[in-house]
Amino acid sequence: MTAELSGADILIQALTDLGVEVVFGYPGGAVLPIYDALFKQKRIRHILVRQEGGAAHAAEGYARSTGKPGVVLVTSGPGATNAVTGITDALMDSIPMVVITGQVGTPLIGTDAFQECDTVGITRHCTKHNYLVKDPAKLGDIVHEAFHIATSGRPGPVVIDLPKDVQVATAPYRKPSIASLPHKGYKPQIKADTALIEAAVEMIAAAERPIFYTGGGVINSGPMASQVLRELVRITGAPVTSTLMGLGAFPASSPQWLGMLGMHGTYEANLAMNQADLIICLGARFDDRVTGRLDAFSPNSKKIHVDIDRSSLNKIVRADVAILGDVGRAMEDMVKLWKGRQHQAQDLTAWFARIDEWRAKKSLKYGPSTKEIMPQHAIRRLWEATHARKPIISTEVGQHQMWAAQHFDFEGPNKWLTSGGLGTMGYGLPAAIGAQLGNPNALVIDIAGEASIQMNIQELGTATQYRLPIKVFILNNEYMGMVRQWQDLTYSGRYSESYSDALPDFVKLAEAYGWMGLRIEDPADLDDGIAAMLAHDGPVMVDCRVAKLANCFPMIPSGASHIDMILEADDVIGEMNDEAKALV
Amino acid sequence: MHIQPEAIERHTLSITVDNESGILARIAGLFSARGYNIDSLTVADITEDETISRITIVTTGTPGVIEQVVAQLDRMVPVHKVTDLTALGPHVERELALVKVVGTGDHRIEALRLAEVYRARVVDSTISSFIFEVTGGTEKIDKFLELMREVGLVEVARTGVAAIVRGREAQ
Repeated sequence: MTAELSGADILIQALTDLGVEVVFGYPGGAVLPIYDALFKQKRIRHILVRQEGGAAHAAEGYARSTGKPGVVLVTSGPGATNAVTGITDALMDSIPMVVITGQVGTPLIGTDAFQECDTVGITRHCTKHNYLVKDPAKLGDIVHEAFHIATSGRPGPVVIDLPKDVQVATAPYRKPSIASLPHKGYKPQIKADTALIEAAVEMIAAAERPIFYTGGGVINSGPMASQVLRELVRITGAPVTSTLMGLGAFPASSPQWLGMLGMHGTYEANLAMNQADLIICLGARFDDRVTGRLDAFSPNSKKIHVDIDRSSLNKIVRADVAILGDVGRAMEDMVKLWKGRQHQAQDLTAWFARIDEWRAKKSLKYGPSTKEIMPQHAIRRLWEATHARKPIISTEVGQHQMWAAQHFDFEGPNKWLTSGGLGTMGYGLPAAIGAQLGNPNALVIDIAGEASIQMNIQELGTATQYRLPIKVFILNNEYMGMVRQWQDLTYSGRYSESYSDALPDFVKLAEAYGWMGLRIEDPADLDDGIAAMLAHDGPVMVDCRVAKLANCFPMIPSGASHIDMILEADDVIGEMNDEAKALV
Repeated sequence: MHIQPEAIERHTLSITVDNESGILARIAGLFSARGYNIDSLTVADITEDETISRITIVTTGTPGVIEQVVAQLDRMVPVHKVTDLTALGPHVERELALVKVVGTGDHRIEALRLAEVYRARVVDSTISSFIFEVTGGTEKIDKFLELMREVGLVEVARTGVAAIVRGREAQ
């Protein structure tokens, strides 16, 4: 007979069997048995964050940069609710994550006990799946299934709510096989329908103005998918644009690269989408930030859509060919079929000539200044100074995020960590911590804004404790810049509460946490400041004072179509009608 | 600014799910979270070992919304199969209603006669009341209730729709 283990030991054993190396967490009353089990083992490293929200984002950064699931361990009640933002963020951006939450003992559930909350109820809508475990004998299977669900199909967060008495009670544990997991109905479709792949290949071969529109799904599918994408693009000759989440899957140095599309995408990417006769959407989901006004979105194109999530197909934009399956595998099938049928790339000279006309607009240009540091210029100089080291870049949310997406070029996947779907300010610092733990030798930089960085500023202490040499590069314009930009655009410049008043002295703050603090104020000092940041082998926070009123262009305003992009700041100040105000 | 309504359809969905704690909250929660409508919902376990339940949902929405409802249900971990019976074709839909009617004299006689026409059974009676049990499609029950309102209806309990595909094929 198998020796019985406590629920806490079953959890640790299952995590070990699943190859978990790092857990981001914060202890509390309802997880004390698990923390005691952690104390007695050496295989799993626990990273103590400063707030549970930081643990969830750190796990996201770890997952996004390594391809492995991020693991979070928090206590009941406030521990669980603090993690909810990060869990929702992981759901929106399809990040594999397993969150173990402590719960009050089963006899106390429903009695409004101390630090009790309905974690399963609260997280039902922000997880791919969740569990309340009432029997330690089922815990092992549930932990294994949770990892299977989090990492297969469309990845996402899974919560396991574990009452304290179940952590203490004992049961036998043995490692289950995938086939013996409890939910038999869960079988994500990986291989795409051959007939649909054929239809897609023939459409690509016949298209005169094709464009690949790729998304985070290509990155989630694994590094091979990025390789196959390059091959598919090479043999078809078509141009490529990407969503915010998909940056890095295709190299920005390629002549076929058009830059990001959507609200702050390039002119050439958006115009090419508008004028294309065929859009091949690979692992993206026609988000409102991408499509702009739907009835004017790419009016004359056929659409091929490959997605692993059936509910993404035909959700926003009707596809002529909707392909359910793993995007990497589907692209492999397309490449094989293309070569098997000896298709040649169409002559796309005329198409690229039009694209070059749009490129000539130089939509990412910005006014140079010798008096103040232009934020776009700061990012470009940061790229110049670091790109050879293939850095991992995280961001917070706002103008700096969009500028980073526009001006920091990526050549490979898993280097770009940003909160796309949920748009969570405060994501970047903990995500950088997670990424650095997963990639100890990488250069990890959080490109931040002075407002966002304060949302999880407590995590400076985590980086200090684990000697993580991450760099936080704050573009400080003393405004919640994106809010202010929308107020310029929509509310005649009435800056309601968007000024970052009473800012801390970031240099002193950094020093108080044991970091190096640097301030860059003069454009002439920018390169030296960046060099000083990179030269320090510990964590550095840079307070880079940038032009205060710069706005992020190009921009497709609310309610506008791709062809109505705003390219220049002069077009901006004004008041919008109610229809436009009501759009997101 | 005004919100424009769109043309909607009524669909009956049959969903088989793992019979586990919280499953109904999961399914119902999906509808509320995404702004879908539930006109009727029934659930009961249907296998000998009580591991699988069938949930029948009548929902309304635009064709695009109905397609999303099916896709969103289908991707839930404990869901085995979602069948859109309305899209599939011929199927049988039934619900049961218990209808309490209070009255004396002509109203009472008329209620009994109408009940006979609708093949409703009397399952309880007092000197001044009946409880009828009536089964049928939603329209038949609606019609029966409409008539009963004229003759003293005081209370109704309806089960909601249970539905199954016609013919020998099982879904």
